[in-house]
Amino acid sequence: MDVRDAPDVLSVVQTAVTRHGTSREALIPILSEVNQALGYLPTAALTEIHRLLKVPGSQIFSVASFYRMLSTKPRGEHVIQFCESAPCHVVGGREVWQALQDALHLNPGETSADGKWTLLTTSCLGICGVGPVVVIDNDVYGNVEPEQIPEILARYA
Amino acid sequence: MKVIRSMVLVSSDPESMERGAQKIYRRLQQEIEKFGLQDEVSVAMVGDVGRHDALPLVIVYPEAVIYGPVKPDDVPFLVEEHLYKGRIATRLQAPARELSGRIAWLSARQGTLPAQQRIVLERTGQINPDDIEDYIAHDGYVALGLALTTMKPEDVISEITKSGLRGRGGAGFPTGLKWRFVAQAKGHPKYVICNADESEPGTFKDRLILEGDPHSVLEAMVIAGYAVGANEGYIYVRGEYGLAQERLARAIAQAKEMGFLGRDIFGSGFDFEIHIHAGAGAYICGEETALIESIEGKRGEPRARPPYPTTHGLWGKPTLVNNVETLANVPPIIRNGASWYKQFGTPSSPGTKVYTILGNVNVTGLIEVPMGITLREVIAIYGKGMKGGAAFKLAQTGGSSGSIIPASLQDTPMDFDSYSRAGVSLGSGALLICDENTCVVDLARVLLNFFRRETCGKCTPCRIGTERAYQILSSLAEGTGQLSDLDDLQVIAKSMAELSNCGLGQSAAVPIRDILKHFSAEVEAHIRLKVCPAGACPMSGRLARAA
Repeated sequence: MDVRDAPDVLSVVQTAVTRHGTSREALIPILSEVNQALGYLPTAALTEIHRLLKVPGSQIFSVASFYRMLSTKPRGEHVIQFCESAPCHVVGGREVWQALQDALHLNPGETSADGKWTLLTTSCLGICGVGPVVVIDNDVYGNVEPEQIPEILARYA
Repeated sequence: MKVIRSMVLVSSDPESMERGAQKIYRRLQQEIEKFGLQDEVSVAMVGDVGRHDALPLVIVYPEAVIYGPVKPDDVPFLVEEHLYKGRIATRLQAPARELSGRIAWLSARQGTLPAQQRIVLERTGQINPDDIEDYIAHDGYVALGLALTTMKPEDVISEITKSGLRGRGGAGFPTGLKWRFVAQAKGHPKYVICNADESEPGTFKDRLILEGDPHSVLEAMVIAGYAVGANEGYIYVRGEYGLAQERLARAIAQAKEMGFLGRDIFGSGFDFEIHIHAGAGAYICGEETALIESIEGKRGEPRARPPYPTTHGLWGKPTLVNNVETLANVPPIIRNGASWYKQFGTPSSPGTKVYTILGNVNVTGLIEVPMGITLREVIAIYGKGMKGGAAFKLAQTGGSSGSIIPASLQDTPMDFDSYSRAGVSLGSGALLICDENTCVVDLARVLLNFFRRETCGKCTPCRIGTERAYQILSSLAEGTGQLSDLDDLQVIAKSMAELSNCGLGQSAAVPIRDILKHFSAEVEAHIRLKVCPAGACPMSGRLARAA
């Protein structure tokens, strides 16, 4: 964690705690909000949440690492989520995955060396009617054909 | 004062969104303003309208003309012809509906939608989900008024019991009985939880109910709270469902303002509050005790049961947990009575079921049909047949935790009892239709990959079992399997089914057992002959290259 970022992290945590309160019930909403604001959950943020909510640090880390939409590791500028569940798989998901691999050379969970892409495989994105589905940041691409992948990625140049 | 003379509805199910529904909506607003019609024509994005062969659809009321598929560039013509000049823009009209098969005689919903039987989705696609007045104009909050002013809590429970409603989350437990357990449980306060965590791959019916008709779920939760003696409710919404969360938040604010939520509802002295809790991405949180742990701010790991949430739920208090679709059935039952409800479906599984249809069919989407229709009918009528004329091979019902149903069972009526007699389960309502090019080993491998990722890891049979089963299925797919692997798979499936702490591990066994039961020859071909008969497994590629 870069020291220069620390004040920013603290103010993001403070805002989230003010909004959701300090009850144990507020923990996941707070983590979600901080994760959204910072792109991931830096140790400094988790420590500050531990201080304000008075929940043991180990429990905060264990919750933060449990949920898929939260990340304790920095992620790339653009996060690609690829659905590898059966409904997408049977309508051509595997070929789309191959095209993503060819374009990015990343394993699931990896971030590219230049910090541009993070590639995640996910269970289901809840838009199975238009599979295969790829979500980049908040943009949803449905009925994806492998040939479209280079063009889709180029939009994030 | 604005007097609205026309309502324009834009379908906004996933397929419509993919094909530009948002653009059509914006374009409609622009064009309507261009003609100065903004004070007399209202436009809304309404979710799934129930017809999927010509998306996106634009429906114009009061004439109820269905246009589709509409492209953004069609909008100026549509607005000028229909809304300005008052003539139907015939060239944009959706093809007339065709109906065939056993369910064609069922009374269609009034107006124009195909003859599904809509109870849960009665308003979805017809009202503006952001407008409580639209909901009220379509009989909204009538059931709540009836319940609070003319019925005792006990009457509400017996009406639900008499209706025969069974939980639509997958297990099919009688809803009235569950309500009674909570009502009779000792301890205060009590809670009502709406399980809207639907993360089952292939299932997104609850999303479309929440996005298309959020008030129906709120109304049901207040009725449930009144019946069981709770004053507080939680909706646990899947983290990925941003639009549903927004619409629910708006609906809650509107309902509070109108006095349908909050203190002294309908002057009855009954108070009820609803909170939204957004999930953070974990399939396991759809399991009710894991969901409760998650609301309490912990890892979503299931609790050992018993005790059940009906007596020891949220914060250890009696808690009613119902699925979105189950709750959405409640207001129509209270409004129209249990005997009205029992005319739909089959005697032991009354009512309708909402399904998502996916996979290798020509038309995918969402339908609501009476309990008891068959897979063959669903594919032929709503799926409009198999894509490319390929043969139907199998269907998976109920997402990853559902059964794999071979073609030989496609005429079994789809209701809880007929399916369980046939040794399969109806599950949560996703119908993944697969054609002859689907390999059962490959499919089971993908499903087990899902389970090994989503296991919470708390209990060993599930954590180790899903991983080991995935490894074995992968080796079969790669052509390195042995016959002894089949025995190992059976043993793993048995331990997962019998020893897992919760439904996740138990359902992980289902696809393994199903493929070994219905498709053993195909599985064995992967081992004995080292070929994948459907040509889907990795080894078939290797063989092709070697040759």
